Amino acid sequence: MSERKSATVEVRLPTRLGYEKVAMSAASSVAKLMGFPEDRVEDLKTAVAEACINAIEHGNCLNEKLSVGVVLSAGSDALEVKVIDDGTGITSQPAKPNIDRKMHGEEDVRGMGMFLIQALVDEAEWVAGKDGKSSYVRLVIRLDKES
Amino acid sequence: MQSETKAHVDQITSPGGQPVSVLRFEGDISSTSKEAVLGTYQALPKGDVKLILLDFTKVDYINSSGIAVCIQLLIEAANSGQKVSAFGLSPHFVKVFTMVGITKYAKLLPTQAEALAGL
Repeated sequence: MSERKSATVEVRLPTRLGYEKVAMSAASSVAKLMGFPEDRVEDLKTAVAEACINAIEHGNCLNEKLSVGVVLSAGSDALEVKVIDDGTGITSQPAKPNIDRKMHGEEDVRGMGMFLIQALVDEAEWVAGKDGKSSYVRLVIRLDKES
Repeated sequence: MQSETKAHVDQITSPGGQPVSVLRFEGDISSTSKEAVLGTYQALPKGDVKLILLDFTKVDYINSSGIAVCIQLLIEAANSGQKVSAFGLSPHFVKVFTMVGITKYAKLLPTQAEALAGL
């Protein structure tokens, strides 16, 4: 693995909460093979888990007839992860969570997934699929970035 | 697929002699943890204990839905005039909890002894 040849790993998850941990494990394994330090692997695991949870809950609306695709593309200096669902994609970014508003009942206690994804990886973009299908989130984590 | 959240409570005393309830969690903290986390908290005797510790030492996985459940606990504790601290989180989850602002409402300490000392 020292030559850092590119490689692609694909995982298909059932639309069922909990299976995001399978994607986490796959992402963790690929990142470790690429030489990411442990703290960056943990960042990636949480970001991938949150992306899969969003795909399961919001993209596929918990419809177990659908599946969630996870494509891990290891390059020479970065790992790209695409999490693909059958939803229409997001139309706007949710506001940054505000703990004071949550504590005072002025904001839903949930709704932190996208914030965490953006905070934990180097790039995150949400792409709406054509014809309202195959929307995806694309995450990138770079090898040369200091944690 | 989601690991069931287990929870139990230990009643201990702070260095200052005050009663402390320690909620010890095990497994995943996720959307399915509401009963284990909030239910266990809500079952504590009301009015007796003003100091709460959350033990995450045996928790491997916490997602944003699980963090939301923890925030709900903090809301209820704040409304009851209780002080909450947590310990045993991995460095990664200390970072995540800090990112979402939980440290404004609960101290995060490495160990039970340090959390007790900080109450």
